[in-house]
Amino acid sequence: MIQQISVFVENRPGALRAMTAVLAENGIDMRAFSLAETSDFGIARIIVDDVYKTTTVLRDAEFVHSVTQVLGVALSDTPGGLDKVLRVLADAGVNVEYMYAFLGGKKGKDAYMIFRVADNAKASAALTAKGIRQVEQQEMTDL
Amino acid sequence: MERYYQPEIETASREQIKAWQDERLVTQVRHVWDNVPYYREKMREAGVTPDDIHGTEDLHKLPFLSKDDLRRAYPYGLVAVPLKDCVRIQSTSGTTGKRVVAFYTQADLDLWETCCARAIVAAGGTNEDVCQISYGYGLFTGGPGLNGGSHKVGCLTIPTSSGNTERQIMFIRDLNATILCCTPSYAAYLGESMKEMGLTPDEIPLKAGIFGAEAWSEEMRQSIQETLGIKAYDIYGLTELSGPGVAFECSAQSGMHINEDHFIAEVIDPDTGEVLPDGTQGELVFTSITKKAFPLIRYRTRDICVLTREKCSCGRTHVKMTKPRGRTDDMLIIRGVNVFPSQIETVLLNLGYPANYQILVDRVNNTDTLDVQVEMTPEMFTDNLGEISRRQKELVDSLRSMLGLTAKVTLVAPKSIVRSEGKAVRVIDKRKI
Repeated sequence: MIQQISVFVENRPGALRAMTAVLAENGIDMRAFSLAETSDFGIARIIVDDVYKTTTVLRDAEFVHSVTQVLGVALSDTPGGLDKVLRVLADAGVNVEYMYAFLGGKKGKDAYMIFRVADNAKASAALTAKGIRQVEQQEMTDL
Repeated sequence: MERYYQPEIETASREQIKAWQDERLVTQVRHVWDNVPYYREKMREAGVTPDDIHGTEDLHKLPFLSKDDLRRAYPYGLVAVPLKDCVRIQSTSGTTGKRVVAFYTQADLDLWETCCARAIVAAGGTNEDVCQISYGYGLFTGGPGLNGGSHKVGCLTIPTSSGNTERQIMFIRDLNATILCCTPSYAAYLGESMKEMGLTPDEIPLKAGIFGAEAWSEEMRQSIQETLGIKAYDIYGLTELSGPGVAFECSAQSGMHINEDHFIAEVIDPDTGEVLPDGTQGELVFTSITKKAFPLIRYRTRDICVLTREKCSCGRTHVKMTKPRGRTDDMLIIRGVNVFPSQIETVLLNLGYPANYQILVDRVNNTDTLDVQVEMTPEMFTDNLGEISRRQKELVDSLRSMLGLTAKVTLVAPKSIVRSEGKAVRVIDKRKI
């Protein structure tokens, strides 16, 4: 399981940059990034190398945020790679709320997907049963 | 046991109060006629002389005084004693471009501070208390008024004035302040800051707060009481009339007793000027019957409220006014609907939003727009966009049922709405620009 940090950002010029500036100043390395938005605000979802440090600096800078457990799945960067994973989840009856991709790390050959699902434990068990590798937070730090 | 600063006055019989008012009104009207040409001229225009005034039943014969009169008479036009007898001025903020300068003799200051002392005692204050005055000092009446009242009660007074939140909290904690006097929005902010520091209500020595100078709702009272672990009392006043202490809340916390030995209150229909019976909502009008330097006769406050003379559980006999429900000049007319910022505040607090908000009114394509900006809080935030949108919609729906019109709700970043250390700027009406 991976800890994703979700950050509230206003939908106006410079709002997102204010957050990335805080991360940059504190030497936080982002592994993945996704933005969900409405007309007046957005939620930036980030996977980072150091969760504790990130939440601390965000709190100090008064960014409202929360931490969510998400599934990190390593899949082969070949046609059908994602389809295989989604079929397992569909067969297990697990609903996917959202997901986003990020490329392998500096040394990796796999692609990674982040899944926010209705039932983490159920999804994880189904994936493991089908031999699909999931990544843990430690791997995000080590990338 | 209810305690009073001046029991013989605060619990006097209605007959006694009327007798004081009759006698003092007659004297005051004679005083302004003799010493203020501006009043004499107004009274002549209305066809009334001091000989027509025998008591409170004749009050309605006197012409009203408005903020425009005060502006026209600025600075000395309404001063009723020689300047050598005046010892102080106080002034309104003039944010609306209508700065008022009020004058005081030593006796005027004394009666003002006495009114504030009654408020402090009604909030449970004694000479054992440590009273922190976090209202601004200076031209603003909040600091000087409560400061004087606190001295009269014998509290150990901490004159922090407004601002510098860290220092405010340091004094509250280090000197065990038991009573806090400031604006309600600043009290909410102090509470929020102490909560962020991890302080629980039990660790905050305060037991009571006296909050005024701006509109606040019952829900805001509840939230301040919970965060600070205190009883929060409302206090009312106008610089024009002296300052805070014209009326104050007692243990019943159900309206403010007007100090009727110094001020006669009436409620009128703001459109016709007709005096309305007790229990009817209208514009509050005051006559100061004891102040000598700057006496106001039938001054229209523009505050909308209701007066009630029902017996109060605290034993005080002076008339009670409800919290002002808005000001005739705070009232926004949006798409033809009357909207008071206090209504919006009520909805926000009912749904658990912070008391910090801003109302933006604009006109786009000849249609008024109402945008309520609310700060996102850690409690409210979730990773689920749908859930946040649902809460936003719930707020829009509640506002619609309260106001009768559709408002846009915008969630903004924490601390992005400027905090008030004086009076909060709740409304930005761009239509006037």
